[in-house]
Amino acid sequence: MKRFFLAVLFALPTAVLATDVPMYTLTIKNHRYEPTTLKVPADTQIKITVVNKDSTPEEFESTDFRREKIVMPNGSITVFVGPLKAGQYKFFGDFHQDTAQGVLIAE
Amino acid sequence: MWGIALLVFREVLEAALIVTVVAAATRGVARRGWFIGGGIGLGVLGAVLVAMFAGAISSAASGVGQELFNACVLFAAVLMIGWHVIWMSSHGRELAQHMKAVGGAVQTGASSLTLLLAVVALAVLREGSEIVLFLYGMVAGGADGLVRGLAIGIAGGSTVGFLLYFGLLRIPLRYFFTATNWMLVLLAAGLASSAARYLVQANLLPELGNQIWDSSWLLSNGSVLGKMLHILIGYDAEPSGIQLIFYAVVVIALMLGMRLMGRATRRASARRAGEAASPIEIDATA
Repeated sequence: MKRFFLAVLFALPTAVLATDVPMYTLTIKNHRYEPTTLKVPADTQIKITVVNKDSTPEEFESTDFRREKIVMPNGSITVFVGPLKAGQYKFFGDFHQDTAQGVLIAE
Repeated sequence: MWGIALLVFREVLEAALIVTVVAAATRGVARRGWFIGGGIGLGVLGAVLVAMFAGAISSAASGVGQELFNACVLFAAVLMIGWHVIWMSSHGRELAQHMKAVGGAVQTGASSLTLLLAVVALAVLREGSEIVLFLYGMVAGGADGLVRGLAIGIAGGSTVGFLLYFGLLRIPLRYFFTATNWMLVLLAAGLASSAARYLVQANLLPELGNQIWDSSWLLSNGSVLGKMLHILIGYDAEPSGIQLIFYAVVVIALMLGMRLMGRATRRASARRAGEAASPIEIDATA
């Protein structure tokens, strides 16, 4: 298993570069997502870039599609999501849950 | 203040659950308080360091540094827990007998204890670094009630940990280490499954099937109980195939390890003690 894991690590740059999946962008500003609703194709793997325009860190998180990643101030991150079955999936900013809310609609 | 308390509570709780299981599993071992305290201290220190270098970690490895870092921390914890569990399958019986006979602490297993110290440190480091980053943001944003929120969150999270600990102590000694050993096995399997999820998030592993089942109608990932069970036994309402594989591999590997190790020691001790049956039976593999 360890060897398998190492093999995965070495294959990493190619795996990341080789992907050709639909890309979407979310922007965080004033602890809110823009857009708050993101429509994506169902049953397809997608890539979401989250850009943080605030001067404080945020954590892009969804317990519905199980992703979590810290976005540093004025930084951006990318996560791969899905393929998801058709439906609605909430996401939020873990550090500002009262304002940073959004929903991913797979259809 | 309550927003701060709530986030701190959630993160502290996640770490506290792991610390609790480790604390229970090392019951009766001399100096384990120092080891656990030391693990928490190191974890807090590590959390601050990780938070300080969060930017560098995030941009490392073409943007998947966070996932790799988390996966490595989790896999390290899995290995250490695994080692301890297998070690316990040969020493758990001894430990329980000793505790029953002497009623005091057992001077044993310093090396295995060091591993569990590391597990505690890693758990605190992972959740703690999120708290540090969050608090940094709160300070920068000029939020008030910071200290009170932090205090309430830490107190709340640790209280749940203590409650679980004293609950676990009610398990009869006869079954105690069997129970805690199994808790460690499921804990390790859940951590491995989380590690797999990070690697999928970074597209380094295939999902091998999304949402193999969906039990979120029964217990959602976002609920408090769902989160607690996620830490304790790796519960996921919508797991991917690769997560299940990682989970199963760890459970099976540890079961085999415990069985082999347990059998080897049983044979050895039987040879030593003739056919004298032990007064209590602790079988980590049962």
